[in-house]
Amino acid sequence: MKPKETAEHYILSSSPHAHAKTGVSRIMLDVLIALLPTTAAGVWFFGMRAVFVIATCVATCLLTEALCRMAMRRESTVGDLSAVVTGLLLALNLPSGIPLPMAAIGSVFAIAVAKQVFGGLGMNPFNPALAARAFMLISFTGPMTTWLKPVSRCCGGTCGAAPDAMTTATPLAAMKTMFAADAATGATPHATGAIPSFWDMLIGNMPGCIGEVSAIALAIGAAYLLWRKVITWHIPVAFIATVYVYSLIAGGAPAYAQVLTGGVMIGACFMATDYVTSPTFGKGKLVFGVGCGLLCMLIRQFGSYPEGCSFAILIMNALTPLINRFTQPKAFGAK
Amino acid sequence: MKTVKSPFKFKGGVHPDYNKELARDKAIETMPVPAELVVSMSQHLGAPAKCIVKAGDFVTRGQVVGEKNGFISVLVRAPADGKVKSVEKRRGPAGGMADAVVIDTTAKPEVPETPENPGAGAAKGGPILPPLDWKTASREDLLKRVEEAGICGMGGAGFPTAVKLNPPPGKRCEYLILNGAECEPYLTADFRLMLERAPRIRLGVEIMRKILGMPAVRIAVEANKPEAIAALEKAFEGIEGNVEIVVLPVLYPQGSEKHQIYATVGRVVPEPPALPIDVGCVVENVGTVAAIADAVELGEPLLGRVTTVSGDAVAEPKNIFAPSGTKYSDLIAFCGGTKEPPAKVISGGTMMGFAVSSTDIPTTKTTSGLLLLTRKRVFQYSSQACINCGRCVRACPMNLNCAEISKAVEADDIASAEAMHVMTCIECGACSFGCPAYRTITQLCRRAKNSIRARMAAEKAKAAAAAKTPAK
Amino acid sequence: MATAIIIIAGVGLVAAFTLALADRFLSVKEDPRIGMVTAALPGANCGGCGFPGCDGYARALVAGTAPNGACAAGGDACARAVAKILGVEATATERRVALVKCCGTRSEAIRVGDYNGICDCNVAAATAGGDKGCTYGCLGYGACANVCPKGAISVRDGLAKVDKRLCIGCGKCVTACPKRLIELVPASATIHVLCNNPDKGPNVRKVCGVGCMGCHLCEKNSGGKEAGHFTFQGFLAKVNYQNPPDDAQIVAKCPAKCMAEDPHFETGH
Repeated sequence: MKPKETAEHYILSSSPHAHAKTGVSRIMLDVLIALLPTTAAGVWFFGMRAVFVIATCVATCLLTEALCRMAMRRESTVGDLSAVVTGLLLALNLPSGIPLPMAAIGSVFAIAVAKQVFGGLGMNPFNPALAARAFMLISFTGPMTTWLKPVSRCCGGTCGAAPDAMTTATPLAAMKTMFAADAATGATPHATGAIPSFWDMLIGNMPGCIGEVSAIALAIGAAYLLWRKVITWHIPVAFIATVYVYSLIAGGAPAYAQVLTGGVMIGACFMATDYVTSPTFGKGKLVFGVGCGLLCMLIRQFGSYPEGCSFAILIMNALTPLINRFTQPKAFGAK
Repeated sequence: MKTVKSPFKFKGGVHPDYNKELARDKAIETMPVPAELVVSMSQHLGAPAKCIVKAGDFVTRGQVVGEKNGFISVLVRAPADGKVKSVEKRRGPAGGMADAVVIDTTAKPEVPETPENPGAGAAKGGPILPPLDWKTASREDLLKRVEEAGICGMGGAGFPTAVKLNPPPGKRCEYLILNGAECEPYLTADFRLMLERAPRIRLGVEIMRKILGMPAVRIAVEANKPEAIAALEKAFEGIEGNVEIVVLPVLYPQGSEKHQIYATVGRVVPEPPALPIDVGCVVENVGTVAAIADAVELGEPLLGRVTTVSGDAVAEPKNIFAPSGTKYSDLIAFCGGTKEPPAKVISGGTMMGFAVSSTDIPTTKTTSGLLLLTRKRVFQYSSQACINCGRCVRACPMNLNCAEISKAVEADDIASAEAMHVMTCIECGACSFGCPAYRTITQLCRRAKNSIRARMAAEKAKAAAAAKTPAK
Repeated sequence: MATAIIIIAGVGLVAAFTLALADRFLSVKEDPRIGMVTAALPGANCGGCGFPGCDGYARALVAGTAPNGACAAGGDACARAVAKILGVEATATERRVALVKCCGTRSEAIRVGDYNGICDCNVAAATAGGDKGCTYGCLGYGACANVCPKGAISVRDGLAKVDKRLCIGCGKCVTACPKRLIELVPASATIHVLCNNPDKGPNVRKVCGVGCMGCHLCEKNSGGKEAGHFTFQGFLAKVNYQNPPDDAQIVAKCPAKCMAEDPHFETGH
């Protein structure tokens, strides 16, 4: 017969017995809050279509994660909100006109193949949202490269009037040709209407993926994350600075245009800074940011795609373990 | 003598909730000797003392009950009069078992007065050891007194002080650093000591300076103790020689030996087996310094210490001066018991203390705190995977790659952990403190270190055995 | 078409010629016995013999730097086969299996705290001495199960149990256990004392409902001290495996219910 339990029964654990009370879900919540301005801007410019895409992606990601964890017979990780973040980031990287079934398939890929197959949060080598975007780009190239013009508010267009939106190419296509163009022509690119005005680029009134258009909304989100100490300055600054400097040297479109269009802003602040797939140490983060910027611009200038951000980040994700190995901190007192 | 701000700041560190206001303003109270004392033979770092009494013996306050056993060892004296109930293995705060002398202090001994019984004087109320005048005593006499008094580092590690104050030939002490940082949350014992007994600390410094050959003195205190700084300034007024009070920024683990040396004099202690004396520094806790003063001037060996009893489950947090060997349950009773059932009982502070399974465990010379925490102040570790956020790496004061080390140890790859300098880990807990995945990083580092130490000990034993065989 | 055939045939001939040359000049001379011994060994690569894998042991055997019969997994049959190959005397060895000498499950033995940390017995034992009331007992966090190369150990209700049918006697669990309560016993022995606590009876009772109390009834019921079937360490009974008892009645008569008579160890208590 089991003897009586002792009167004293305490929790036994190793030190430390105090904690800063940051949890993974809190960090993910901060990322979601930081993405609110961008989401709002995306919905503002692209109407109800954007809402449906975002909802589809988030819901499918959550469902996929729950089912995968059940199939893997592990505890459910839906509560840590990382699936919600992946879903939202994927949606923000898609054109608003993407058919919802394709968005759903991409979400399933993001969670099941790019994340859970490796063991879940913390084990994936590639950014799940970007891996899914690359998958969709290759599988559904047409819909993935068809962008809708932002719904015009000025002419009193009704909200959600999707069929009125016209398909168009992003400014990047035009900027690609500018690399080869003779700089001596003298005509300002804005005047020809090839690329949007500076103001339009800043607030997001231009064609592009749902979340990548509004630079200001992204900047606000990034500032929030920096304040909350969720991300450090290394990767965003290194990435954007490299893009800026490269385009100054390479010529073509104005340098600020390279930064404000395409996926550079969202990539530098939200996609490249993903903890799991980016280097852990400051020096490594700088190398990572520079590498991303360089690759992005190389693809934009010489590659066949007008946009190089996703691939640049994915390639650098693969190099992260190597970067980590060579930028390890020097122990205090070690030789 | 001047007060300066620390010129150097080490990289890393965290800011836990300090909660020192619970016991900060409580003056040190001496508690009455409890009915039973459990005096462990292993209250210090090094070989446990050898017990020289047996059940049935009567002992007097200050009588030696455990002899020094080896070079790195300290003797143990009975903290009160009484009868030895038994000598048996008892659990210490770190979880290990060691021989302990259980003394029934209610039994009144009849001590025959013999010249050999050093406690004879104590039974009469006089000093246990003959008081010395530090100005005229020789360095060797002073060192011997520190050894006879059974003094060890009271900051927590418990290194034998007589060994520390006697550097090997070829190594000179240039800086004597007093550790008054007390960076652990909840603990205020050293703070109260500096506030109330600053003149004793001055005397201890004078004695230690003589022993160490007149090094420069740096008294390190954290900036959140302005009253203690003021008290020390007053006590050290007019002292000769190179003495400075260095005010350190409030950062955990400011009280770590290596970081204290860096923050006060800017020297970096190399990896183990290097020691602070290799960069000319000797660091001692302020409690140890006061104990040295008492041992020399009053002839009072180290028989007790100030322990902070705090936490939100204690009825009245206090700073108690208790004889070593006092059971935690007696300390808690002296504080009015618990006002809520505690979920965790910690010996020490929250960052480096030990969780204990019962309050039957006795205090030792190094018990600086006893914390009783309710459920809402306790968090649970989890077995989540590392998300590579890097918070642990940024927090680590030794600048180690904690994330990779934790992953390597989880995969049983101790060799990789060793290559990443896990042996320099000071087990301060800053890594696990900030981990969002609630990982047991510190426990994993400790596991790697224990494994490496066991392997090195086995190799040493093998080499020793191999060296012996040809002789056979 | 013809050129293609000639080219491919030519390439094949060149390759064959190169390989023949390599075999002639670059081959490493190896004692053929190494391969024969490796084939005779069970191939478990468990390291129980103390050598790196079966190949390592085979090399050491042929070189004469290893004793025959160190392979617990191969047992007697293997030792005899190896002896035949090497042309030496074969010594008889008996198959040994691991035995976890504790039966204090969570339902029978008290826990004095809630352990929260790495799920490993060595680490748990280092944290406040472990969370079990009995300081000699099995903590049940699976250090032994993790090192077993055959997956023969399972942990149920906070207690490790060895499946005798799968155990190869390599001894890795013996060193993994921080309480040193796993012992390698002869596979033929059926009666065992499943306790490791040498404390006095009342003290054992305080922490475990099925711990050995040192009442000596097992000794008495098996012919007394002269029969020599049991030895005592403090108040703990230990089976003398050189001269084991064979009367299953002793198990039923043990008042503490700390004995087992079960050939497979996986049901039992």
